[in-house]
Amino acid sequence: MNRVVITGVGVFSAAGKSVPEFWETVRDGKSVIGPLTIIPTDDLHIKIGAEIKDFDPKEHFASKQLGLLDRFAQLALMASREAVEDSGMDFHGDEGLRAACLIGSGVGGQQTLDESYYRIYAQGRKGVHPFTIPRLMLNAACSHVAMEHGVRGPAFAVASACSSATHAIGQAFHMVRSGMVDTAVAGGTEACIALGTMKGWEAIRVMALDTCRPFSLGRTGMVLGEGAATVILESLDHAKARGAKIYAELAGFGMSSDAMDITLPDAGGAARAMEGALTDGGLNADDIDYVNAHGTGTAANDSTETRALRMALGDAAAEEAVVSSSKSVFGHALGGAGALELAVTTLAIQNGVVPPTANFTEPDPECDLDYVPNEPRELQIGAALSNSFAFGGLNAVLAVKRFDG
Amino acid sequence: MSSVESDIYDIIAEKSAVDRSKLQSDAKLEDLEIESLDVVEIIFAVEEKFDIHVPYNANDQELEFETIGDVVTAVQKLIDEEGASA
Repeated sequence: MNRVVITGVGVFSAAGKSVPEFWETVRDGKSVIGPLTIIPTDDLHIKIGAEIKDFDPKEHFASKQLGLLDRFAQLALMASREAVEDSGMDFHGDEGLRAACLIGSGVGGQQTLDESYYRIYAQGRKGVHPFTIPRLMLNAACSHVAMEHGVRGPAFAVASACSSATHAIGQAFHMVRSGMVDTAVAGGTEACIALGTMKGWEAIRVMALDTCRPFSLGRTGMVLGEGAATVILESLDHAKARGAKIYAELAGFGMSSDAMDITLPDAGGAARAMEGALTDGGLNADDIDYVNAHGTGTAANDSTETRALRMALGDAAAEEAVVSSSKSVFGHALGGAGALELAVTTLAIQNGVVPPTANFTEPDPECDLDYVPNEPRELQIGAALSNSFAFGGLNAVLAVKRFDG
Repeated sequence: MSSVESDIYDIIAEKSAVDRSKLQSDAKLEDLEIESLDVVEIIFAVEEKFDIHVPYNANDQELEFETIGDVVTAVQKLIDEEGASA
């Protein structure tokens, strides 16, 4: 089996439209959650989110291409451009035949759905734009990324709500590890700031009114944040042969299903996914120095995830490891979250700095681990986990190791 | 029993599948085994019925609605307030 390394990273998020900008914001715990501006909020009770500011798609896409792109595909393309360029890979030749493209998303083209329904039901128009279907389909982001870069091997979208990106990256990891492909473009995207979507999240009563403060006492829920991230995965032999820059080694992937409840999380299911990632990566619990938590800021997730960490790592290793939630900085990107958070985990390992959990006010007795409140911490990380747990009880966890040759 | 109270009992009985005869003002939601997703659905049905907004957040660590009576009181207060401002 191949060892698999990360040789390119690209992000497009409210916390930054490039990796350097993103890392600075996340590392310093500068939360970018604020008032929503890209949609009208008069009819919303929840008026906050994490938006990508100063993004004019016309500056980045030709008008003919832009007509086919929902915002979720635009974000994925922007992230993929940075990752591919960063890796130095060119997929347009034979390399593209031995490459996979897997992009996760929770819902797909939500803005297109919203605008199309508005035309029919509110405006009483007779039809919708002819590109409605190609724009909204959940695989549109994956297809556009594959087309733009010339990736011609296995390619499909992965949907598992908030675990979509992590499932996509994990699947790509196993493809590269098994030798099915040499390289992969993998990640996730979500453009969730649409009025209909916000209404839906508001209705299920788990949204914070003030901000996202994971693991903190007095947390009132999650905050949505749009964004996308992609990574370039590559077999170690392939990366060495072309002298690629290596960020870190992707070591293991674990998955599980709670099979219990459609919205409530289960500590046992989450723990089994973490244990799976350790086993898959040949890691022991005490190898884990850092966990980038799912950490949504809901009452249920954060206490459940804390219990799951204790179950999976054992009390001693769970208390020794440091845990932080980047959702406190850039919100919950749903189907894109796992990719953004793997990017954070990778950059934390590369830079020897653990980014903090922002907006932390005071400890919650039910969340009794070290959550790196508000200030970054220097730490040489040997191995880390990146957790994603979805509505529907679908859990996915990636294990990443520092690359020492 | 006021009509508001009676309507709320109807909604709770329908959404939670708890026998309507077990619903009393001092009955605790927890004791009736009304699940969190049912609570969310009950609140929504109440909002639709009375055309009000109930500022309920499932993350509140201090439970706002402990008993059925708490729900009725809160809804009646919101109807009075929103009616007065209409």
